[in-house]
Amino acid sequence: MKNFTRLAQIASVSALLLAGACTSRPEAVATAPPPPPPPPAAAPAPAPLPPAPPPPRGPIPGSAEDFRVNVGDTVHFGYDAYAVQDSDRATLQKQATWLGQYPNVRATVEGHADERGTREYNLALGARRANAVKEYMVSLGVSAARVDTVSYGKERPMCAESNEACWGQNRRGITVVAGGAGS
Amino acid sequence: MKKMILALAAVTALFVAAPRPAAAAIAVDVTQGNIQPLPIAIPDFVPIGNDGGAAARIAAVVRADLERSGLFRPLDPKSFVDRITDINTVPNFANWRVINAQGLVAGSVTAQPDGRLRVDFRLWDVFGSSQMLGMQYATTPENWRRIAHLVSDAIYERITGEKGYFDTRIVFISESGPALSRTRRLTIMDQDGANPNYLTPGSYMVLTPRFNPTAQMIAYMSYIGGKPRVYLFDIESGKQERLGDFPNMTFSPRFSPDGNRVAMTLENGGNSDIYIMDLRNRAMTRLTSDPGIDTAPSFSPDGTQIVFESDRGGTQQIYVMNVDGSNQRRVSFGAGRSGTPVWSPRGDLIAFTRQANGRFNIGVMRPDGSAERIISTGYHDEGPTWAPNGRVLMYTREGQGGAAAQIFSIDVFGRNERRVQTPGSASDPAWSPAIQ
Repeated sequence: MKNFTRLAQIASVSALLLAGACTSRPEAVATAPPPPPPPPAAAPAPAPLPPAPPPPRGPIPGSAEDFRVNVGDTVHFGYDAYAVQDSDRATLQKQATWLGQYPNVRATVEGHADERGTREYNLALGARRANAVKEYMVSLGVSAARVDTVSYGKERPMCAESNEACWGQNRRGITVVAGGAGS
Repeated sequence: MKKMILALAAVTALFVAAPRPAAAAIAVDVTQGNIQPLPIAIPDFVPIGNDGGAAARIAAVVRADLERSGLFRPLDPKSFVDRITDINTVPNFANWRVINAQGLVAGSVTAQPDGRLRVDFRLWDVFGSSQMLGMQYATTPENWRRIAHLVSDAIYERITGEKGYFDTRIVFISESGPALSRTRRLTIMDQDGANPNYLTPGSYMVLTPRFNPTAQMIAYMSYIGGKPRVYLFDIESGKQERLGDFPNMTFSPRFSPDGNRVAMTLENGGNSDIYIMDLRNRAMTRLTSDPGIDTAPSFSPDGTQIVFESDRGGTQQIYVMNVDGSNQRRVSFGAGRSGTPVWSPRGDLIAFTRQANGRFNIGVMRPDGSAERIISTGYHDEGPTWAPNGRVLMYTREGQGGAAAQIFSIDVFGRNERRVQTPGSASDPAWSPAIQ
């Protein structure tokens, strides 16, 4: 009985409070607009074009394929390093010579990193690598104005495994040529 | 697109009159490293009129929000021995005590003649037999989720004393396709994974999105046209704008707390340095000129300092400088490398990525580098972002061998690490500020 009385008291007190709530004056609060409706459905990424079938007698001299197949477009780097390695100097020498033969061709050096770095750091590291390749070619006589650089950081790996063999493949500089024969 | 205003009316009734600490109602202290989640009963709200099912859905979202925080344990409605039929009467507390509910949320959703929904709820202290909170909102029916998150925020704040973070959004990068040719799209969603919208088509790569302080603008890096540069994306108009016209790569953008400036990195001749662009006149101020990599700037919440990463000392470490570039000093001295620093909105901590022993993990430390602790447990966790209350973080988790990236969340003490729901593989989350 005692408990019952106490509960009843609580109930009546609370009811008074509730009544108070109902008489409180609403306060209008403006908020940010709601999210916009979804943009139009995104078009799917275009499928990459299949590689062109090789011409019957090998790459056209002066073409991007000629450069890739007969010169070699890729050099590699040590972990967190961007110095051109001795083993790659011959490749870059051939690239510079080829660019000397085809003065209308422009080159873009892509710098890439392995997955063992944070995203922004690897973008910066890829830029260092691309620039190191460019500077080496410039030192061999290629006009700096013909060579662009772009960093892909760790975003465009060639190999997806988490081991040194793969990481070594992914730490690379790739020279991509455009504007030559067949382009 | 026509701009819609979500008008909310709120009533706050404070019934617990100036409680002494000893008389304080139920509470969760989020400043402690170990807590027991608070058992709370959140029955489906009471529908009044044609609510279109919103009453049950709102309660379900509130339960999910509070459960995900790790601070609450919403009880299974099947265990309830009582039900709420009228939120304007005092609950029979004994029937909620027997299931050990410490908190009880009683809500209703009223269909109003103008087509809007009115949502009322009361938070009760079951063992104290007292009302802790009573609020009311009105909105259009399609905004029911935002109301649910606002209810969650109000409950969280009343019980923890900290601002809630449920009425917020996440911008991130959706990843699809094989490991060697990922498609990446700028994507935005609610913090609980609802309402995902793709903002870019995937035909060009995008990285590192970050919100401005009003959550209306995103700064990010885009490879559109084959040239990686920092862009702004206006969420309402969908317009994209390249920030400045620079001959080389710009990346790693981050807004200042007042939203008027963007700190970012410019690469020139292979060297990366940090600049600030004033968005009002597009003037650029250079902050670093070291031959090392200087990138990943993040402002202190008072706007006076910038934390960033640099390898000027040999390996990647975290540095702090004044916003004018003066007084650059190293603050991270732990084992391994440290990068991607992000200043907490509270100002008390800096979150970062620690790279050591072949793993990447998320850590936090004081702005002077002290009291460091590593909180995440993955093989490759990277790129933290703070909830606006500075108590929870999200980050990217990648597995070995090109496994699809996912977004995880964790509280600042390393508790409650869990995957964030995304439409697919996802990376580079950025948490919005509190939506105004």
